[in-house]
Parts: sequence; C-alpha cells; structure tokens
Amino acid sequence: MAATEAPRELIKQGAEALVYKTTYLLPTIPALLKHRPRKPYRHPTLDLRLTKHRCLSETRLLTRCRGLGIPVPAVYFVDEARGEIYMEWISGRSIREVLDAMIAEGRKEEVNDLMKKMGQVVAKLHQNDIVHGDLTTSNVMVRGERKSGLLAGATMEKVDAEVVLIDLGLGMMSTQEEDKAVDLYVLERAFLSTHPQAEDLFQDVLTAYEGSFKGAKAVMKRLADVRMRGRKRSMLG
Amino acid sequence: MSKRPQDETTNPRKQPRLAMSTPKSTIALGLEGSANKLGIGLIRHTPGQPAEVLSNIRHTFVSPPGEGFLPKDVALHHRSWIVPLIKRALSESGTKVADIDCICYTKGPGMGAPLQSVAVAARALSLLWKKPLVGVNHCVGHIEMGREITGADNPVVLYVSGGNTQVIAYAAQRYRIFGEALDIAVGNCLDRFARTLQISNDPAPGYNIEQMAKLGKNLLDLPYTVKGMDCSFSGILASVDQLANQLLTGKPKPLMNVEGTEVVTREDLCFTLQETVFSMLVEITERAMAHVGSSQVLIVGGVGCNERLQEMMGLMARDRGGSVYATDERFCIDNGIMIAHAGLLAHKQGFETTLEESTCTQRFRTDEVLVNWRD
Repeated sequence: MAATEAPRELIKQGAEALVYKTTYLLPTIPALLKHRPRKPYRHPTLDLRLTKHRCLSETRLLTRCRGLGIPVPAVYFVDEARGEIYMEWISGRSIREVLDAMIAEGRKEEVNDLMKKMGQVVAKLHQNDIVHGDLTTSNVMVRGERKSGLLAGATMEKVDAEVVLIDLGLGMMSTQEEDKAVDLYVLERAFLSTHPQAEDLFQDVLTAYEGSFKGAKAVMKRLADVRMRGRKRSMLG
Repeated sequence: MSKRPQDETTNPRKQPRLAMSTPKSTIALGLEGSANKLGIGLIRHTPGQPAEVLSNIRHTFVSPPGEGFLPKDVALHHRSWIVPLIKRALSESGTKVADIDCICYTKGPGMGAPLQSVAVAARALSLLWKKPLVGVNHCVGHIEMGREITGADNPVVLYVSGGNTQVIAYAAQRYRIFGEALDIAVGNCLDRFARTLQISNDPAPGYNIEQMAKLGKNLLDLPYTVKGMDCSFSGILASVDQLANQLLTGKPKPLMNVEGTEVVTREDLCFTLQETVFSMLVEITERAMAHVGSSQVLIVGGVGCNERLQEMMGLMARDRGGSVYATDERFCIDNGIMIAHAGLLAHKQGFETTLEESTCTQRFRTDEVLVNWRD
C-alpha cells in the first residue's frame, strides 16, 4: 500500500482529526481524507475503541444524509482501524468566504438565495432527526459545479450555488428540540461573529427553516430559550 | 513538563523583602471554606514584583471511609477552626492587623452552610478591624493563583475539582467557559466511586485512587461521554459503581478482564476510571486549545494535582507544540491564599463588597466576574 499511496496534502489540523486533500483509486479522482491519528495520551485500547466508534458513526451519519438527499460528501472508503475516511472532494468555498465576497460586491439577490437554501438544508437535516453538532459557517460549503459520474466519461457540470454540509464528526441522531435549537444557535453565533450585517441575513435563514417542516415552530421557540441563557444549560434550580 | 513551585524558602520567584514596609505594597487576608477545606491565606502584592505568600494554612474536614461530607458537619468544622487558624496565620507570618488592607472571602460557588460560616467570620473581622470586604469567586481564585505561581501568561485553563469541571479561556475581561461537565463534576465522580470501594478519605479520596491506579493494569470498558467541548460523568459513575459492586460481591459472577483471563482488582477499577475520565478531560481541553489557538494549558483545582492527569495533558500539549502548567497540592487544593490573591487584584481596581452585599451564593458562574485587572 505504502508504495502506491496517493500523495496527500494537509489542509486542516483540528483537535481530533487531520484533513488531507488526496485522490482515491485513480489520480484523476480527487478525494478528502479525514484521519484521526493515535493520541499518545490515551490508553491504546481506549484509543482504538474511540477511533473506530467515531469513524463508523460519522460514516453512518453521512450515508444516512446521502440516502435522504441531504447534500453531504459521499463516503468512498472507511478504514476504521486506521481511523481513515475517504470521501468526496467538494470543490467550492465555505459559505463564510462566499458571503464575504458577495457582500463586498453587493450581490444581494444571490445572498438571499443562499440564505434560503441554507435554511432549507438545515431544516431537512432536523426534520430527519439528525443534528449536526458543530454547525458553523465554516462547515457549510457552497459549490458551483458538480461532477456527474466518477470514472470514465465523468463530466463537470455547472449548477446553481448548492449548499453542502461538511464535518459531521460531532453529529448525532436526536429527536430533541433542545439539540436542534443549539444547532441553530451555534450557526447564529457563527454568523454574528463574522458578518457585520448578519442579523438580517440570519433572519432569512430562519424564515426558510421555519417554513420547511412541521416541527420547526417548536425548535424556533426553543431557540429563544437557548438565546436567553447561552448554549450552556443554566445550573439554576 | 509540569512546573512545580518550589519550597517557599528556596523559591527563586520570591524576591528579597526589600519592599517590606513601603506604602506601595498591599496585604490581603483570604478566607476560603466553600467545601470541606478551611483555608487561611495572607498575601502581599508589591508593584513590579511577584506576589509574596506570607501564610497559607489549611485544615480539612475528613469523613470516614464510605461517607461523604455533609454541609452541616463541614460548617461546624469551619466555625470551630476559623479563629485558631486566623490567629496562627497572623502570628506565624508576623503580620500585624494594621498592615492588612482588605479581607477577602469566598462568595461562591460552593456548599451553602460552609460558605455562610466563613462569610460570617469575614464580616465580623471586617467590623472588628474596620477593613473593607472583598467577595471572591472561587473559580477565579483558582485561575489567578495558578497563573501567578506558574507564570503562564494566557493559557487555556482546565479547572477540575470536586464541585467544578470547566474549560476556560480569557477573552475581553471575562473568563469564558468553553466546555464543562453537564451533570456532576469529575472530582465528585471520583469521590463517590471511592465511597463505593470504601477507599479512605484521608488525605483525600482522589489521592488514594491515584496511588491505587498506579498498580492497576487491566482496562475495562466504561462509557466515554464527550460532546464537543462538554462532557458528563454520572453515567460513568453508575457504570463503574456497578462493576465495583460485582467485584465486591462476586455476583452474578466474578469480575474478569475483557479477555476473560484475569480476575479484576480494585486497583484495575481505579486505573480504568482514571484513564477514562482523564482522557475525556484532555480531549475537551485540546478542542478548546484548537478553537482559541493557544498552546499553553494550565490545570487548577483539587483534581489538578493528580500526576497522571498532568502527564496526559503534557503528552497532548507536546503534540501541539505547547506546554502544561500545574501546581502542587498547596495551590491546587482549595486554599485561602488564592482567595486573598484574586481578592487583592480586584481590590486594587477599586472593588469592594459592602456589608449589605456581603452574601454568599451556591451558584456563581466563572464568567459573571468582570476581570478588569487584565487587558
């Protein structure tokens, strides 16, 4: 394996995982590799158990989303013993960067459109009782083109700005309004901290969210509580 | 790895007593009694010099094995010991009452009855000696003392004790909580496990678990409950208690290791519990460090003097090109000096607690305090 291993380029180092850009199967198929390295401070048995569990649960969530038609990267290959997940390379930029550019250029229409799509995607996630767990503007990508097919005959086609959710490493299944509201709250905070005119923008996200599924009203109500006390539950009472 | 303060007489950070009686230096008396330790401390601040510990004494209420400490018993303990302890602190350090600038006491968080006993003593002294009162947040006391002793400038702080588990970083004049335990504190989990196994509470249950864990080698499966930068311990406690009961009774069958080759010992259980909960703590700390982009980590609180936790944190910090700062039991475990230190920092900014406001509270969040002595 080592002799034929595809070259990889480190693009992000988080607390838990290293993210590389590489290729999968063929040098023409770009892929993203998420590697959870061994943690020397952890007992080897515990380390192996956690790495396995996390790889598999992230993969499970990704495939579930895929099946439901929620835009996430496709999983190519998992080696849970080594802590590796190979997945589809999403060509595009994070919504954080895209928004900065759009706002700077005054492309109001496109911004509104993007906000609406974002609200709808998050709504679809929550409607199916999936919680992202780390829904920041860095973890939402916007892609302008998509590859149809993988191997021979694959073509790139232009699509209207499409919103893709990435990094479900902290995601989980949950029916609780609290968890969903915290997702929205984290997103709101991410908006407010990086985009000056964000308040109106985020309102567009919420409007789209609220109109997208039946349980949304209850989550919105819960969001008001979460805003009042912050993300942490108050220890009072 | 961990930086340990040296003996007070040889501490290189301690400056010669040149500023002994210059008017610029200030002295605070600190009274701490939020849990089962009663701590009295006297500290001197001289501009441009490290803080000087004049006295740091403590008396601990120890309950018999299998029992925790009840608020009413602890309150009685504090009431009976506070006068002799303050007298000793004054006489041992040769401090005159006239030299004291303020009286600092723990306002919270902590157990109600013990907090009240100490607050009463603080008010009485304030009236008797005509000195201003300063109510101090216990968590901020730990953080400030840790920073002063270790010299860590702007670290991510892991505060772990019997009542608190928080990952904290400083931003815009507040100590902000990035992650915390959502149910019981990690020290509480360890203490209660010690009760199940009838491990001695002398000098501290956590200390005895640490010693036993050194002899353990079999790692059993326990839940691992980290959620982002938060964690929880009650499920782990329930699980390990169940294993402990199986070990003690041998029912329904003797407790074996995962491979089924060896009978599990009490030491193995201590080892398992420590490895699991400390891994969780290191993980949430690492996530906070990645989040705020810091490579320094400071461990404070009673659980922070556990050397295995310090070692694990050191391995993590090394991988991130950083370092870990920790103190020993004199400053990690609840003490009066940290209350004096944090109180004096606030007092020098003009902060004072009037007699009417000199209450105490069981719930007092770390981020409620305006930290106006830092930029």
